Amino acid sequence: MIFNAFLLALREIRRNLMRAFLTVLGIVIGVAAVVTMVTLGNGATAMIKTQLSSLGSNLVIVVPGTRMGPGGGGTPPPNFKESDVAAILESVRGVRLVAPASSSSLTVQYMQSNLTTRVLGSTPDYFEIGNWKLANGRLFTDTEQRAARAVCVIGETVRKSLFGNSGNPLGERIRLKTQSCEVIGVLAPKGQSAMGQDQDAVVITPLKTFQRRLAGRQSQQGVGEIMTSVREGANTETVVNDIANLMRSRRNISGNEVDNFSVIDTKQIANTLSSTTQIMTALLGAVAAVSLLVGGIGIMNIMLVSVTERTREIGTRLAIGALEREVLLQFLIEAVALSSFGGAIGLALALGSSLLLTWLLNMPYLFNAQINLIAFGVSATIGVAFGFVPAKRAAQLNPIDALRHE
Amino acid sequence: MEREPLIRLRGITKTYGNGQAAFQALRGIDLDIHEGEFIAVMGPSGSGKSTAMNLLGCLDVPSGGEYRFLGQHVETMSRDERALLRRHHIGFVFQGFNLLARTSALENVELPMLYRGVSQSERHKQARAALERVGLNGWEDHTPAELSGGQQQRVAIARAIVTGPALLLADEPTGNLDSERSREIMLLLQQLNTDNGITVLMVTHEPDMAEYAKRIVRFVDGHIANDTVREEVCA
Repeated sequence: MIFNAFLLALREIRRNLMRAFLTVLGIVIGVAAVVTMVTLGNGATAMIKTQLSSLGSNLVIVVPGTRMGPGGGGTPPPNFKESDVAAILESVRGVRLVAPASSSSLTVQYMQSNLTTRVLGSTPDYFEIGNWKLANGRLFTDTEQRAARAVCVIGETVRKSLFGNSGNPLGERIRLKTQSCEVIGVLAPKGQSAMGQDQDAVVITPLKTFQRRLAGRQSQQGVGEIMTSVREGANTETVVNDIANLMRSRRNISGNEVDNFSVIDTKQIANTLSSTTQIMTALLGAVAAVSLLVGGIGIMNIMLVSVTERTREIGTRLAIGALEREVLLQFLIEAVALSSFGGAIGLALALGSSLLLTWLLNMPYLFNAQINLIAFGVSATIGVAFGFVPAKRAAQLNPIDALRHE
Repeated sequence: MEREPLIRLRGITKTYGNGQAAFQALRGIDLDIHEGEFIAVMGPSGSGKSTAMNLLGCLDVPSGGEYRFLGQHVETMSRDERALLRRHHIGFVFQGFNLLARTSALENVELPMLYRGVSQSERHKQARAALERVGLNGWEDHTPAELSGGQQQRVAIARAIVTGPALLLADEPTGNLDSERSREIMLLLQQLNTDNGITVLMVTHEPDMAEYAKRIVRFVDGHIANDTVREEVCA
C-alpha cells in the first residue's frame, strides 16, 4: 500500500512540475539559508582558531596597564624592566621561553619607498615564541642583540612595499626613523591576525637597538610587553597566576591595590572568540530556521489549495474504491516528497553558495554533515507536519459531494 | 428457487436533514437487478433517481430498508468496506468524465488497478486491452485535453470496465455529448452488456438514450412509478 501511495504521489508531482517547484521554493531557500549560515559560521570559527594559533601556541603575554575598567587619568603604568623578564624565566615553573618586546609605529624608508609600520625590538627567543619562520636570510643572534647592532628582520608586507614583488632585500640598508639598519632576514608570511591586523607589517630589531636608537619618549623605555611561552603540558592557569603574583611583588603592589599590568592568556582569547562566533552562528542559523518554517507553511498553503482544486479528482478516486487512509497517505507522501525534494535542492544550493562565499571571504570550507542531515530531516518533517491537515481534509471528503464539486 | 439477484433493494428510504427541514428523497424502494441486465433509470429532477444511484453505487447508505449486493448487506457496511466493494465490483462512468488532467489515457485507465495492487506489466496489458475494447487503440499516450468529448468518455468507460466489475454504473453518460457521439457511447455500452455480459445501470433523463436499455425504471417523487422490460431494443 505504501508503495502504491508512493507511486500515486510521484505521478501527481510529475503532472504538476511547475506547481511543485513553486511549492518547494520556500523549503529550498530555507534549507539553503540554514546550511550556508552554519557552514560559514563554522568556517569563521575555524579561521579564527588557525589565526590565533599562528600567534604562537600556549602564549601568555604580560602588558602594563589593565585592559578593562575605567582608566582614570593619572600617570600611565610603568613599563617592565629587563630584570622582570629574567625573574619570570627563573622563578615561574612551567615557563619555556620568555622574551621582552617593545614596539612603536615608525616610518620605514628604502630609496623612494616608505611606509609607516610597527617596529619591534626583542631577543632571538621572540621568533620561537611568536611562531615566526624565516623565509630568507637569518635571524639576529644574542650577541648582536646585546651589542645593539643595527640589523633587522622584516615581515613580508614590509618587504613587498619597500622592495617590490620580487626584490631581494638581504644586505640592503633601510632607514628606521633616522637610523640606518641592515636587513638580514625576511619572515615567512603569517597573514591577518584574529583582530584583523596584518601580522606581516612588522620590522623586528634587537631589543637593545630599539631601546638605544629608536625608542623616543619615556613611555617607550624599558620593556613594553613580555611574551612568555608555556611548556607543553604545564597548567597555563597556574603560570598566569604565578606571573601575576611575581609581578605584583616586583612592582610593589600591596594587598588590596589593583594590578597595574595584565596577564593575557591567548588560549583564553581564542576560546572567547570562538564561542562568540559560535553564538553568532547559532543566531544566524535560528533566523534561517524561521525561513524554513515559513517554507513549511507555504507547503501547507499549496497543499490546501490543491485539495480544493482537486476535489473532483479525490471524489473520483474515492468512487473507484480508494480507502480513506490511501488518500491520506497519498497526500502525505506528496507533501513529504515535495519537501524532501526541496530539502535536497536546498542542500545542493547551500553547497554551491557556501563554496562560493568561503572562497570570496577567504575562509576555509568545512563540510558539516550534521547540519546537512538536520536541515534535510527538518524539511522532511515539515512535509509531514504541514501536509497532515490538507491530507486529512482530502481523505475525509464525502465522495458524492466531491464528485459534484465544480 | 429463484437465483439470488446481483442487487436486492427492500423498503429503501433516504432522508436528508432532520426535523422541520427533513426531506425524504426515497420513500420505500423495492428493486431487484439481475446479472446481465441493462437498466435505464429515468425520472424528472428531484424524483430521487440520483439518490438511488448513489445508494446503488455504495457511495451512500440508506436511512432505512435493506440493500444487498451479491448477498452482502450494504446498509451496515463501514465507509472502508463500501470502498472495497466499489473497488472490486463496481465501475463508474460520470457525466463529466472525471479523468485525471495532464495524465495519459493509459495511466487514467490504470488508476483502479493501482488501488488493487496489480503489477506494472499486468496493469499495462489490461489497460491496453480495455482501451482497445472501447475502440481507442493508438490513443494510449494522449491526455484528456488532446481527446474529444466522446473519446474522453470512452477512456472513462475503459477505466470503469478494466477491473471486470459486476456492475457498471453510468450517471448521465451522454449528458455532455452531441447526439452522434451519444449514439456511439450508447452502442458501446450495449455491446459491453451483450458481448461481455456486464450488468449496466444508467441514469438518464433523455428518452432517446433509454431506448437502448432492456429495462426502464421510472422514478417519481421518491417512488418507482413503473418498471418495464422492453421487447424491442434500439440498436
